[in-house]
Amino acid sequence: MATKVDPIMGSLPDEQGHFGPYGGLFVPETLMGPLAELREAYEKYMVDETFIAELEADLANYVGRPSALYHAERWSRELGGAQIYLKREDLNHTGAHKVNNTIGQALLAKRMGKTRIIAETGAGQHGVATATVAARLGLECVVFMGEVDIARQEANVYRMRLLGAEVRAVSSGSKTLKDALNEAMRDWVTHIDNTFYIIGTVAGPHPYPAMVRDFQAIIGHEAREQIQQQSGKMPDALVACVGGGSNAIGLFYPFLDDKGVAIYGVEAAGDGLESGRHAAPLCAGRPGVLHGNRTYLMEDDNGQIIETHSISAGLDYPGVGPEHAWLKDAGRANYVAVDDQEALAAFHALTKIEGIIPALESSHALAYAAKLAPTMEKEQVILVNLSGRGDKDIHTVAAIEGIEL
Amino acid sequence: MNRLNVRFDKLREIGRKALIPYVTAGDPNPQITVPMMHAMVGAGANIIELGVPFSDPMADGPVIQRASERALKYNISLRDVLDMVTTFRKMDDITPVVLMGYLNPIEVMGYERFAEEAKEAGVDGVLIVDIPPEEATELLATLEKVEVYPIFLLAPTSTPERIKLICSAANGFVYYVAIKGVTGASHLDLSEVKAKVSEIREVTDLPIGVGFGIKDAETAEQISKVADAVVVGSALVSRIEALADEPQKAKNSVVELLLSMRKAMG
Repeated sequence: MATKVDPIMGSLPDEQGHFGPYGGLFVPETLMGPLAELREAYEKYMVDETFIAELEADLANYVGRPSALYHAERWSRELGGAQIYLKREDLNHTGAHKVNNTIGQALLAKRMGKTRIIAETGAGQHGVATATVAARLGLECVVFMGEVDIARQEANVYRMRLLGAEVRAVSSGSKTLKDALNEAMRDWVTHIDNTFYIIGTVAGPHPYPAMVRDFQAIIGHEAREQIQQQSGKMPDALVACVGGGSNAIGLFYPFLDDKGVAIYGVEAAGDGLESGRHAAPLCAGRPGVLHGNRTYLMEDDNGQIIETHSISAGLDYPGVGPEHAWLKDAGRANYVAVDDQEALAAFHALTKIEGIIPALESSHALAYAAKLAPTMEKEQVILVNLSGRGDKDIHTVAAIEGIEL
Repeated sequence: MNRLNVRFDKLREIGRKALIPYVTAGDPNPQITVPMMHAMVGAGANIIELGVPFSDPMADGPVIQRASERALKYNISLRDVLDMVTTFRKMDDITPVVLMGYLNPIEVMGYERFAEEAKEAGVDGVLIVDIPPEEATELLATLEKVEVYPIFLLAPTSTPERIKLICSAANGFVYYVAIKGVTGASHLDLSEVKAKVSEIREVTDLPIGVGFGIKDAETAEQISKVADAVVVGSALVSRIEALADEPQKAKNSVVELLLSMRKAMG
């Protein structure tokens, strides 16, 4: 599992959760003890054979891993450059990469004797993945979701309720993902004794960024083997979308030491970076402290967090995982941004040409791959993380195109 | 000498406990804050805790969250809050003022600049909810240079090791969070508070304040028997919220509650 792939890269975070100047533990005192407990449990069980065997069995038999690696030949030909391969996280149970992490954290919660699970969600994917594992393990589950997101993701809200979770509407602040995270933190502080907080991305206080990365790194470990089997070589470039950044770090992490592999994280440019209406802290934000860690943020000149905009609810977050912040500064990964229109075009292209409906989040990665491919040779290989399926987004896309379903 | 030392020494001398009201700067409007501070002192407040509004107050309950939102409608910044303290100091140079808030606005201003301007404005202490001592090395050194005291929270979940660590990093006073929860919650267990306060007292000579969950004269009085200072926030902010359209009346309502608490505490 938590294979340390690089003596320098893999040695992070440090004891206190720092990736260079980023990450750390910026939380109220009440959470310091519980976070230390969580860190101990995570360090203990990530090297515990029984735990790992149970996790691996669940990933195989419940999630359906390993997920396929698919050579998008027709699309590659049409783009006229590098060969594009898709890591099919959309084929996982619940339709996205999120479940890799919720399975792991829920097993940890059980080991720690916690009976109640809480989570935050934006688009609802992490909420569904959490409600799913809570149902399976018979744990009480409360999912915090901004009122704005509840209105635009009705289907996922209903899914969570079917699974037995309570979806609690958050009406503070901008009523979106960041506020759901605040509310989940408040709930955790209040019910610390019996509650386990499953954070859905590689942000938050230590150990979450490292722990979620380790649970998601299965994506990169599998893909690294699969791509060599199928294409006979290492990829020339990796591409993944970055909101909080969990699918991206999952793919990138096992390749960090492969210096010949270029890495691209794709943020949401919304209406365009120059419009100010976007969700691209790495491309257009600056470092600050939010939600327990130091990282790049979208903020105003007074240090207030500003609202983000993206067609994709899953990328609509003003911060980003601290390891991405560090990979950016260290120059190991490149962070770029793709706007709503480009993402939509990629959504349609993949659907029509390959018969795969991608999530709008993943469509950002696809859109960048489509820009990159023609600049490369036919023998070169781009590996894209297709982090989720697009069924949840068809209402959004239809509405944009003036179609009533 | 820092005003906090002077104030706590004096209170100890006369055998009284400190009453520390919290209000969010700029709530319900920016004009009322300084008059509110003076009125609270008039009602028996010994130290003022002034909240710096933040967009994402993750340690606060709904009452103080909404206070931040009201203040942010006026774009109240850290700079504005410091200006309010400067104005307050023109009339009152003895009541200690502690800023309470979150780290990010201070990060954006820069530690050095913040420390210097806070000192200049007449701020005596800073309580930053989301920075534990482990992350605060640089900030602590910067504040020490200007003798602005770092106030830290202690919680029911703080281990003996952490109590030691925090007490050694703190100055002025330490602030015990009486409940597992956010500001304004309501399940205060007095005997638990008493036990934890004695545990803290074995580690430090700093005065100990207790807050979170104190909402009326009765709880204030009970807490004043075990702690050196009683911090009251959400109960005051609720009164401000109820009269947000009539700031003068809100101020009077705050004064009324403080007077009753002061009376009960002696």
